[in-house]
Amino acid sequence: MKDSLIALSKDALFSLRDLAPIVLVIALFQVFVIGEPVTGVLSLMFGGLLVVAGLAFFIFGLRIALFPVGEGLAHSLAKKGSAFWLFTFSFLLGFGTTIAEPALLAVADEAAEVAVDAGAIAQTERAAENYALGLRLVVALSVGVALLLGVLRIITNWSLPLMIIGGYVLVVLVTTVAPPEIVGIAYDSGGVTTSTVTVPLVTALGVGLASSLKGRNPMTDGFGLIAFASLTPILFVLIYGTVLQWI
Amino acid sequence: MDLIIEVLAFVWDSAEDVAPIVIFLFLFQKFVIGGRMPNMLQVLVGFAFVTVGLGLFLVGLEETLFPLGRLMAQQLTDPEFLRSVSGHIGGTLVWQDFYWVYLFAAAIGFSTTLAEPALMAVSIKANSVSAGAIGVWGLRVAVAIGVGIGVALGCFRIITGLPLHHFIAAGYLVVILQTIVAPKMIVPLAYDSGGVTTSTVTVPLITALGLGLAEAVPGRSALLDGFGLVAFASLFPIISVLAYGQLAVIRQRVVASSRRVKEPKEEQHHAL
Repeated sequence: MKDSLIALSKDALFSLRDLAPIVLVIALFQVFVIGEPVTGVLSLMFGGLLVVAGLAFFIFGLRIALFPVGEGLAHSLAKKGSAFWLFTFSFLLGFGTTIAEPALLAVADEAAEVAVDAGAIAQTERAAENYALGLRLVVALSVGVALLLGVLRIITNWSLPLMIIGGYVLVVLVTTVAPPEIVGIAYDSGGVTTSTVTVPLVTALGVGLASSLKGRNPMTDGFGLIAFASLTPILFVLIYGTVLQWI
Repeated sequence: MDLIIEVLAFVWDSAEDVAPIVIFLFLFQKFVIGGRMPNMLQVLVGFAFVTVGLGLFLVGLEETLFPLGRLMAQQLTDPEFLRSVSGHIGGTLVWQDFYWVYLFAAAIGFSTTLAEPALMAVSIKANSVSAGAIGVWGLRVAVAIGVGIGVALGCFRIITGLPLHHFIAAGYLVVILQTIVAPKMIVPLAYDSGGVTTSTVTVPLITALGLGLAEAVPGRSALLDGFGLVAFASLFPIISVLAYGQLAVIRQRVVASSRRVKEPKEEQHHAL
C-alpha cells in the first residue's frame, strides 16, 4: 500500500513535468503572438490538476494491469502452443477495439460527408450511413489483419522492414488510382486506430510473445505490431474508396 | 456541480472504451486459456485506475488546453492576423507569411507528444526491455521532435497545396535509407513510434490546426486538404527515432575511442 502511494505520487510528479511544455507553448503564443492575456487562470489551474492526476492514475494502472495482463496472455497463449488461438486472439483484439473507437466514428462520419459532396455516392442519408459503416468495418478489419500479420511475423521471423516498406510502396501505388477525396482520410485513418488503451496492451502482447518464444529477442522482435496497425488501415481504406468508385 | 457531472461523464466515456476490452480479455482467459486471471484483484484495480485516469485526463484537457489550443489555431490561421504580422496588406499571402503557423505547429506537435499517454507506455516498455539502453525520456523527446517537424511540414503542404503522397513517398524513401544503416534494435521501435504518437492529445489539436488552415488559405478545401496532418505526424517520428538510434551508436563510438586514449591513466588512478 505504502509502496503504491509512493509510486503514484512519483507518477504525478512526472506528469507535471510532461505537461509543462504544452502549458508553456500555449501561454507564450497567447501572450506574445496573439497579444491577449490568459484569462481564467484559476479554472485553468484546476483543469491542469485534473490532467496531472489523470495521467498519474493512467500510468499507475498501466503498470499494475495493462502490461501484466497483455504479457500474461501472450505467455499463456505461447505455452498453449496453439497458433489458431493466438491468431484468433490478435485478430479479435484488433477488430474489437477498433470498431468501437470513438475517434474512428468521427472520422467515418466526416468521410461520408466528403464522399457525398464529391458525388462518389448517392445524395441520400442512407447511402452516407452505409458508407460510414462500411468504412468503420474496413478499418476494424484492417487492424485485426494488422495484429494477425504482426503476430505471424514474430512467429515466423519475417523481416519487419521489408513488410512495412513493401506495404507503404503499395500505399503509394494505390494512391495514384484512388479517388482524391479518400486519400487524406485514408492517410489519417492510420493514426486514429491506435488508442491509448490498445497501444500498451498490444505492445505488451508483442513483447510477451517474443520473450516466450525461443530464439526471439523482445527488443528486435517484440515491437512492430503498432506499425502494422498504422499501415493496414491506410491501404484498406484506399482500396475501399477505389473499389466503390468502380462499382 | 457542472464540473462534477462533466468529470463523471468523461469517466463514463472512458469506461465505455475500456469495458469491452476488459470483458474480452476475461472471456478469453476463462474459455480459451482456462483458469482464473492471475492477480485478479490487482488487475481489476489497475483497470479502474486506467479508466478513471483517462477520464480525468480528458476532462482536464477538454476544460483547459483544448479550447485554448483550438482558439489559437483559429486565430493564428486567420487571414487578418496573418496580414497584420506579415505586412502584406493587399494581395495574396505567400507561404512565407505563415511563419507563426509553422512555429506554432512545431511547438504544439512537440509539446503534445510529450504528454501522450500511449507514448509513455511504449517508452516505459522499451526502456525495461532494452535493459535501460533506450531512455524513457530520450525516446519521447526523439518522437516529439519528429512530430513537431512533421506537423510544421504538413502545414507547409496545406499552404502550398503540394500533393500529400509526394511528401509521404519522399519520407519513406528516407526511412528505407535509414533502416539500412541504423542499428537493428531500434528499427521495430521506430516503426511503432509512428502510430503511437497520434492519439488522445495530439490529434484533436493538430486536426483543428489543419482544418483552420485549409479554410484560411484561398483555394484549399477543408475537406480535401484539412486531412493529412496526422499522416505527417506519424511519418516523421519514424525518421527521428531511427536518427536517435544512429546518434546513440555514434556517441558510443566516440566514447569508446576516447576511453581507449584515457584508459591507461584511469587504471593507474584505480590502482592508487
